[in-house]
Amino acid sequence: MIKKSISFILIAIVFLALFLTLANDVPFGANRTVVSAKYIYDGVQDTGAANLVTAIVVNYRGFDTLGEVTVLFVAATGIGAVLYNMGNPVRKKREKTEASLIVKTGSKVLFPIMLIFGAYVFIHGHLTPGGGFQGGAIIATAFLFRYVSDTRYSIDHKKFTATESVVGMTFAMVGILGLLLTGYFLYNFLPNGSPGELLSAGIIPIIYIAIGIKVGAELTGIVDNMMGVEQ
Amino acid sequence: MIFYMASAFLIAIGLYALMAKKNLIKMILGITFLDSGVNLLLISLGYINGGTAPILLNGVKPGEVVDPLPQALVLTNIVIGVSVTALALSVVIRVYKHYKTLNSDKVRDMKW
Repeated sequence: MIKKSISFILIAIVFLALFLTLANDVPFGANRTVVSAKYIYDGVQDTGAANLVTAIVVNYRGFDTLGEVTVLFVAATGIGAVLYNMGNPVRKKREKTEASLIVKTGSKVLFPIMLIFGAYVFIHGHLTPGGGFQGGAIIATAFLFRYVSDTRYSIDHKKFTATESVVGMTFAMVGILGLLLTGYFLYNFLPNGSPGELLSAGIIPIIYIAIGIKVGAELTGIVDNMMGVEQ
Repeated sequence: MIFYMASAFLIAIGLYALMAKKNLIKMILGITFLDSGVNLLLISLGYINGGTAPILLNGVKPGEVVDPLPQALVLTNIVIGVSVTALALSVVIRVYKHYKTLNSDKVRDMKW
């Protein structure tokens, strides 16, 4: 009990200090763009992407995104390693009760629509809000739906791993092609096109499609690893 | 202003859950609360009065958008947060299998 009250008082001090500092010293809604002024005013000419967040994530800071994808990959690998050998070797039913007919049918109807929506989100990443990570999360959600509704459903691991490796290598190869053609890793070597069209922004759509498929496959692998644990 | 308050509140709740709770799942929930609080703080720091989404289509001029840089950083942060949460949950699954409990006091070598 005393531990709880001590931590409560400490947390209250942290909260008040944080909030009062923010409220007094950092005016809300003020224009404090220093670095991003360059991105906002030159971003469309530089990259050809109408969505400035995508321009920053994939073009200006593409190397950062490569590291981010690597972190997600390492986490998925780590989850596979931690949960190794915990599932049932002969896959039988995970739950004792089946899902109801409405859940089963609804998930089957929604599954292709969710896949298409996820693909739409990452293909249009340079034009609309969204991008590879968001689209990949939507695709993984579609697979999660199938897992929840069908107690015997399971993905084909070999195909997913192969897809993941191919798209991961695509990302790295695009970067190396930029290095060979222009002298800079991940440099945009394709024409920018006119901003606002689907085929514009150089290498951004290629990289975002690769990231979308890779994130979708990785998150589905995480879901599969966690659902496969025997109860 | 309410965004600052909400983000400070979320950070406080997350820290409290990490310090006072014994259940491992609740501690992971605390980490995600902390994560959301920091994300909300970064996003609200990048807001500019009267700004719209940083997508320069349909006649939106560069002067009337919010700061895109915090949003790009938060995008990275969300992905890292998902990775951390998933890895922590899988470790908790292992711990539960081994010790048959989620209480961090009953797990050997996990007291504070």
